[in-house]
Amino acid sequence: MPDVQSTVLEFVNKLRKRKIEGSQSTAKCTVEILRSVISQQRVPHSNQASALIDAVKAVGEQLVAANPVELAVGNVVRRVLHIIREEDLSLATAAMAGLDLLDASDDDGEDDNCRGVGYSAMSAAVAAAAARSTLRPPSLQTLLEGTPESAAVPYTSSSGADSESKTADKSSITRKLKHDVIEGVNHLILEISGCHEQIAEQAIEHIHQNEVILTLGSSRTVLEFLCAAKEKKRSFRVFVAEGAPRYQGHLLAKELVARGLQTTVITDSAVFAMISRVNMVIIGAHAVMANGGVIGPVGVNMAALAAKKHAVPFVVLAGSHKLCPLYPHNPEVLLNELRSPSELLDFGEVSDCLDFGAGSGSPLLQVVNPTFDYVPPSLVSLFITDTGGHNPSYMYRLIADYYSADDLVM
Amino acid sequence: MGAQKKGGARVSDDSEEQSRQRLQAILLADSFTTKFRPVTLERPKVLLPLVNVPMIDYTLAWLESAGIEEVFVFCCAHSTQIIDYLETSEWRTHPNLVVRTIESHKSISAGDALRYIYEQQTETSQIQGDFVLVSGDTVSNMPLADLIQEHRERKKRDEKAIMTMVIKKSKPSLITHQSRLGTDQLFIAVDPLTKQLLHYEEDKVDHARGSVCLDKSLMESNPSVLLYNDMQDCYIDICSPEVLSLFEDNFDYQHLRRHFVKGVLVDDIMGYKIFTHEIGSSYAARVDNFRSYDTVSKDIIQRWTYPYVPDINFGGNRPVKLGRQGIYRACDVVQSRSAVVGASTVVGYGTKIGNGDRILNSVIGNGCSIGSNVVIEGSYIWNNVTIEDGCEIRNAIVCDGVRIRAGAVLEPGVVLSFKVVVGRDFVVPAYSKVSLLQQPMKEDSDEELEYADSSSGTADRLSGLSLEMESKGSELGPDGAGYIWEVCEGAHDEEWKHSVAPIPEDKLAEITQAMDDYDDMEDESVVPTSGELKSDADSINTDVNDPCDDYGYFEKEVEGTFLRAVEEGIKVELGVLEINSLRLSYNMESADCAGAIFYSMMKLAVDTPHSSASELYKTASSIIAKWKGLLGFYVKQTDEQIEVIMKFEEMCQETAKELGPLFAQILHVLYEKDVVQEDAIMRWAEEKAGADEADKVYLQQCETFIQWLKEASEEEDEDDDEEED
Repeated sequence: MPDVQSTVLEFVNKLRKRKIEGSQSTAKCTVEILRSVISQQRVPHSNQASALIDAVKAVGEQLVAANPVELAVGNVVRRVLHIIREEDLSLATAAMAGLDLLDASDDDGEDDNCRGVGYSAMSAAVAAAAARSTLRPPSLQTLLEGTPESAAVPYTSSSGADSESKTADKSSITRKLKHDVIEGVNHLILEISGCHEQIAEQAIEHIHQNEVILTLGSSRTVLEFLCAAKEKKRSFRVFVAEGAPRYQGHLLAKELVARGLQTTVITDSAVFAMISRVNMVIIGAHAVMANGGVIGPVGVNMAALAAKKHAVPFVVLAGSHKLCPLYPHNPEVLLNELRSPSELLDFGEVSDCLDFGAGSGSPLLQVVNPTFDYVPPSLVSLFITDTGGHNPSYMYRLIADYYSADDLVM
Repeated sequence: MGAQKKGGARVSDDSEEQSRQRLQAILLADSFTTKFRPVTLERPKVLLPLVNVPMIDYTLAWLESAGIEEVFVFCCAHSTQIIDYLETSEWRTHPNLVVRTIESHKSISAGDALRYIYEQQTETSQIQGDFVLVSGDTVSNMPLADLIQEHRERKKRDEKAIMTMVIKKSKPSLITHQSRLGTDQLFIAVDPLTKQLLHYEEDKVDHARGSVCLDKSLMESNPSVLLYNDMQDCYIDICSPEVLSLFEDNFDYQHLRRHFVKGVLVDDIMGYKIFTHEIGSSYAARVDNFRSYDTVSKDIIQRWTYPYVPDINFGGNRPVKLGRQGIYRACDVVQSRSAVVGASTVVGYGTKIGNGDRILNSVIGNGCSIGSNVVIEGSYIWNNVTIEDGCEIRNAIVCDGVRIRAGAVLEPGVVLSFKVVVGRDFVVPAYSKVSLLQQPMKEDSDEELEYADSSSGTADRLSGLSLEMESKGSELGPDGAGYIWEVCEGAHDEEWKHSVAPIPEDKLAEITQAMDDYDDMEDESVVPTSGELKSDADSINTDVNDPCDDYGYFEKEVEGTFLRAVEEGIKVELGVLEINSLRLSYNMESADCAGAIFYSMMKLAVDTPHSSASELYKTASSIIAKWKGLLGFYVKQTDEQIEVIMKFEEMCQETAKELGPLFAQILHVLYEKDVVQEDAIMRWAEEKAGADEADKVYLQQCETFIQWLKEASEEEDEDDDEEED
């Protein structure tokens, strides 16, 4: 436990100091830390699921508080919670359905660890199919029938195990739950680290011969996406808006050129002028909100508006860890961060404007340096996630598959 | 590692050892100054809140994220408070940063602190290699790892490179010649290639003339020198262990810059060198005085110090939410609908803001309660402060637990120390510092040595003043509590310079005016000294005006010197020396000196209080009697003596008319004391004989005297003749 505590602290520290950047690496670190939290968590004999959930929630809250603007952390924590709930549910349904499936799965798990991933995914799928209704808010029908299933299921899981009155079974169920959860988390890790490839695979369907693609700032996902199309012998040109004030577009342009793509760098302010020559705008998102709105690097909204004006498709690439179950109009959600003005202005040059010893003493020069932009769903044509292309209006549905409603407010 | 080959691995071994070295820092949790008094009498400076977070937290958070693994916090004044704070803070259990405290009560300067650490070190060997030396009031976000690496590599190449000093570009104000942090304009010379520091000057720069003195050898030994006047010293130093031993060897080093840096640069100790590193986009500043407290707070609010800003939890602080226009507000603030909270404001947890309040550009701490219709502008209100209805607070610092009763007004620059109570409708005058503690009679040099001289002369004046205080009871109105501190003599006109309040318009105008005046004068007087550069027409033009003005200056200087000599009872010979040096520097004749000295003497006589002409005569003659030696030194020639008489005449006509009736008498005294010889008087009389009637007033006055002189000389002549015969 102490070493988990210290790794958590260290990660919290890094998040606070804004030393980790990019949602993918953050998501990966978060899920790895949560995995070690789960594996070190002692599970009581009864109510194992809630013990795990509490442990994950406790750590998750710390992580989210450390950098509330990095929504991927919260997303991953919710995903892990969801995995725990789902595995618990699938075990409960299995227990209710009879012991045969359980026995078989026990053997499976002990036999072969490699197949475990496939199995757990399968078992989760089965469970999800069986108990999908319990994961969703109760429908009118279930309400009328008067059995609050979501509350009843965890209860029956423990009482069911108790009623078996076999200690061996109990311990196996305990082991089973943790084991399955860790398998599920491993699966999530694979998913997060593989999201670039998953998204890039679809590139060939979206990028056509001799097209002009505009992108803004730098995104690993976009880079892989474009390169995948290039590898499939598509020939196209890329316009890169430099993404002031951090100019990450310059880095992207370098990478693209290194991979043999025709690249043109333009200033952010030239986007509107160039948009008429562009066939598609492809942007990497920082986060996708539940309403289909996108949080991306600053300047994205302007590019989206320009694309709308010229009826150019505006495509957003987002790994599933970027799907956030929260709505942007929630005041509790921190959507933006103001970074240091030194990225815009050289302190030495403006220091005389910042001399508070003269005049009224109040600063006349203000520098605002927001990191992100919000693009409303109406400006987005298509989302490409690792599960395929989706309409903005479908995002809430996709998100409901990944998260359980209980975890939305942490 | 154990199986490593010995041969050929020497260099890599060495570098490995270097990289394995723990990165260490020494943090001086005491500024060894009294600039933050009276606040620092009750709480150490490093624990004072800067935008609601103790200053030391900024420093530690920065050091931690810059990769420093071990910090030695040197505590001196209020050491228990600092140690207690660190014990309870999250730094105690921090995974990456070990915070150790060193306690010493004997140290009175940074030099003493480093000597103490050095002594301790020989016992326990704490400082292993290069270390970062900062003070606990530094706010920065600069990366250190690369800089330390750079320092180490340079050290490896050049054994003598013992220190790297961090500087940052920051333009000083053109009017006040003060940096935005309220420190004096810094002037440094750097070798453009190696970045070696060649010259460091912060106090002796002559702003009025815009000149600075450089050692000639500086130019001789370096092919090129870069001079900066727009750099700010960040007081962040990367030091090699030699620095500690240097302090040990030179036990009179107190101040890091004034003594140590100067010592290394000027005295050339063992050929040690100091290098500079200019930081570009990162921020670094030190809270040195109230002005920099204000400036750094505003920089933090404007996010130059990102990520050490109020809405990010960087070191045990509770983050507050950032809204539009740079308004940071804690989530549980109770704010009346009619209250206006303006731009660049921070409001802490549990604070209540009443109806119709107006809060602008201010920082309000935790747990404050602010009544109705209060105006707070540009102020720093710390924790648990109660402000009642209708108060007005502008550009003030209000410490913890202060109570400001209804209708009170704090004028700009006020500092209220802990738990002071300001009475109803009381107006606290501008720049006053108020504390529950009385101002110490004598500056105890516990914290401060360097500035002791500024206060030593005022000790007795202060004691008289504090007696008055006691008799008055509370100075802050009938229901108030606290003593208003008297500012030190020397610091009085400087008060506006270092206060939290912006410099008032009239003060700026005054300085600008003074500068313009000086510029005019400079145009006329100083330029000709470098006349070769000027065109002929110009120099002719200026030559005409030149002497008078220069003489005016010279006369003033002489007068100052003379008055000082009188006050301090300086011996005549020494006075002669001083005036001689003045004479040389202003390129004056000894006749001018004589005139100027005589002028000063008479001025002193006139300025001495007197009731009647006879009294004035007495003083004048006694002064002449006393200082005739001084005057006599310059009046050896007849011409010079005539100059004195002419000067006297001029004075009687213009500046000191009181002396007019006494002209003959004083001339007589001068004659008697052998200051002026008979020849001079006669020649003066001859010269004047042809002048206008108006000019002859004094000649007529001394007609009898001259007559007598003539007779006497004739007699003498006769005597002489007789003797010769």
